Amino acid sequence: MITNPISYRVERSTRADRLAFSTLLLCVLLLCSVPTWASRAQMHLLVEIFYYLALAQAWNLLAGFAGLVSVGQQAYVGLGCYFFITATVFLGLPPILSLLLAAVFTAVVALPSAFLVFRLRGAHFAIGTWVLAEVLRLLFTLVRSFGQGTGMSLPISVVHQISDSRMTREIVLYFVSLALGIGSVLLVFLWLRSRQGLALTAIRDSEAAAGSAGVNQQRTKLAVYLIAAFIAGLVGGLVMLEKLRITPAAGFSVGDWSANIIFIVIIGGIGSIEGPIVGTVIFFLLRYVLADYGSWYLITLGAIAVVIMLKAPQGIWGFFAKRFDVHFFPVQRQVHVHTQTSETIQDLQPKDIHV
Amino acid sequence: MSLLETIDLVTGYGDFQALFSISLSIEEGQVVAIIGSNGAGKTTLLKAISGLLRPRDPGEIRFNNSAIGSLEPDEIVRMGIAMVPEGRRLFPSLSIEENLRMGAYCRRSGPWTIDRIYRLFPMLRERRHTPSTSLSGGQQQMLAIGRALMANPKLLLCDELSLGLAPIVIRDIYAAMPGIRAEGTTILLVEQDVNKALQTADRVFCMQKGQITLQGRPAELTRERIKVAYFGM
Amino acid sequence: MFWINTIIQGALIGGLYALFAAGLSLMFGVMRIINIAHGDFIVMSAYLAVAVVGLFGINPFLALICVVPIMFGAGYALQRGLLNFTLGSDILRPLLVTFGLSVIIQNVLLEIFSADSQRLQVPWLETASLRLGDQLAIGLMPATVFGTAVIVIGGLELILHRTDLGRAFRATSDDSDTARIYGVNNRHVYAMATAITFVVVSIAGVFLGIRTIFDPTIGPARLLYAFEVVIIGGLGSLWGTLVGGIILGVAQAIGAAIDPSWDTLAGHLVFLAVLLVRPSGLFPKTLD
Repeated sequence: MITNPISYRVERSTRADRLAFSTLLLCVLLLCSVPTWASRAQMHLLVEIFYYLALAQAWNLLAGFAGLVSVGQQAYVGLGCYFFITATVFLGLPPILSLLLAAVFTAVVALPSAFLVFRLRGAHFAIGTWVLAEVLRLLFTLVRSFGQGTGMSLPISVVHQISDSRMTREIVLYFVSLALGIGSVLLVFLWLRSRQGLALTAIRDSEAAAGSAGVNQQRTKLAVYLIAAFIAGLVGGLVMLEKLRITPAAGFSVGDWSANIIFIVIIGGIGSIEGPIVGTVIFFLLRYVLADYGSWYLITLGAIAVVIMLKAPQGIWGFFAKRFDVHFFPVQRQVHVHTQTSETIQDLQPKDIHV
Repeated sequence: MSLLETIDLVTGYGDFQALFSISLSIEEGQVVAIIGSNGAGKTTLLKAISGLLRPRDPGEIRFNNSAIGSLEPDEIVRMGIAMVPEGRRLFPSLSIEENLRMGAYCRRSGPWTIDRIYRLFPMLRERRHTPSTSLSGGQQQMLAIGRALMANPKLLLCDELSLGLAPIVIRDIYAAMPGIRAEGTTILLVEQDVNKALQTADRVFCMQKGQITLQGRPAELTRERIKVAYFGM
Repeated sequence: MFWINTIIQGALIGGLYALFAAGLSLMFGVMRIINIAHGDFIVMSAYLAVAVVGLFGINPFLALICVVPIMFGAGYALQRGLLNFTLGSDILRPLLVTFGLSVIIQNVLLEIFSADSQRLQVPWLETASLRLGDQLAIGLMPATVFGTAVIVIGGLELILHRTDLGRAFRATSDDSDTARIYGVNNRHVYAMATAITFVVVSIAGVFLGIRTIFDPTIGPARLLYAFEVVIIGGLGSLWGTLVGGIILGVAQAIGAAIDPSWDTLAGHLVFLAVLLVRPSGLFPKTLD
């Protein structure tokens, strides 16, 4: 019980959290050293891991924090691929610049799309986003200059613009991907710690209460939707750079860019930043272990996701975080209430305070 | 043996506790009223009895001497407790007659049939196939009562019958009470209208902030005591 | 004349889309769940029919006698045993659980039946046509599908308006708590809604198998069609789904007539247009 509170201070992290953060910094440094010791195949795997991580963070921001369950992020990955081709092949721009431009244009297209799909709510919104992605896939299957259904390859000339040495190209690709992975985590982390982020957590916990507290929900949700599209666009361009070839079916694949990502976030833990990281690791581990079993891999993935949604909806990370109260990315705010006697300092989580 | 008993009933909504050790008993054939201001916990109490909310312990609510706290609402109505919910909560997609038939879904036998309800509230018969939304406030309240009676309950729970209705309409609705009582139905009513409660009930409980602050027969309770119990000043 | 023929064929095939949508509409109306695996259950029914036809060597229509009861039971068990536990104020749970189910079903079908395309053969039906006048001919298959859709939707409306169970569906859809206090066992009623949905799904699946070649992966596309029909027709209206189905069918037929690869796209674009101009659909009943 709290008696006669005198003063309070708002703190963002505990000492355990700060220790965890230092550990993370070490991990990042380790990842930066990868090109010096890893094989080509290992680096390509890491590239893939990082862009899956970026997509997972984006989807988590959408669904876990803004309540926008999208099954249509593949629309923006595909667009990112094709905008990247447009910028490099048809406009002759340098690859890294093209990557950024592709993401920007993807976010621009996301704006009128949002206008359309925001007319739907909940499960309807989810399927609406899927339909939108399908429309884009079909449209690109019909456009001749993009190679229609058989797709397009990235010309060697573009690839050589990064560097003539294949080793340098691989290293550049790796660091771009690393930046994307870490960047997406940081972006989501900083966003949630900002005022906008507090608004988002409020929307997630209770839309009605958030609305009455003056939070502009539509604008916040739109901003999140655009950020997610931007990240997906970056991934699209990166995939193009990595695979050097794209077809509409692959670029707009609901299986690769939605189903896998959704499973990653559910299994890892929806609604936290650590969750998608844990989910991505588990996903790739499972893929490695069950690689020879074809459809059983997907059946297992689906089954694990269903079980977790039923028994432990906060995911594997959520389960451990609750038990041990650890946060690598502290986005909650804790209120410390000081009472008269110094022994009775209470730590309250924001959800303990009732409006 | 009481028909309904609550023993230190504790319940609430998630982390929010709404009832703090409510103990009351209702004898068969009685009309009992619960009065109190908004937020006192009256509707919460009725929700707990009807099964929409769970008490902390299943034994905290006993009906006909068996614990009903862990039962589902559809099991509780089959045992003989029917509720007229706050705000009536008629089914908008259903016609008047269909709303009444929903009351009989639990298939309890007894004196109340559709014809008897139409005799009690004649104006419902004229519009039986029109949507329930086409009725006035008072008529909706009558339909809501009729629906609950179709379940042939031993105990009828009425939540705020007079809410939002004009005095003359309230009078007409309460005029149906003796007819219901005559069939042997026990009535627990929740009311903000203190006068109506005192006029109609054999026994009155007053609630405030989730606790019972006063109880007794209407004749025993003075204005002053009620005011204190109601507002807590 | 060519265009009239095209439109009529499209409208009749719209009956199949209405069958896809009717079940989805019922489940959503009663429980506010969209089953993401809906299309996959349709495909599963088609495969069930393939298995029954293979086992007993009977006509696919006769296979319905086996398939329908099996799917009825499967629907009841699915809802009572799994989906009931996902219900609540969080929309994520039913959505993501059914999403997981969708992936599981597709891959289980893949394991059992392989990726080879299948077809339910009813040769005389596929080529037969009814002549109306000397310029118009409608295929017997599309006409049968449409007729079946009308009968099924009529049947569903009858259940909803003339039976105790149907009344319970409508009451639960309006206000599930109040329905409960009058004796509606929502665990059972929800399961019955899914069971009936699966009856419609199984009929739709068999017709799908007769009409086109299918494989384990075509489920999601059927879900999208079903969803589009529900939105075009209007939430909560079963006859609306028939109209929605006709509209989608006609749109696809016109698209296909312009260019064969345009059929699905034309349907999607009409859906987006309706979403833009009249998001609640043509005959909306449910207020969300």
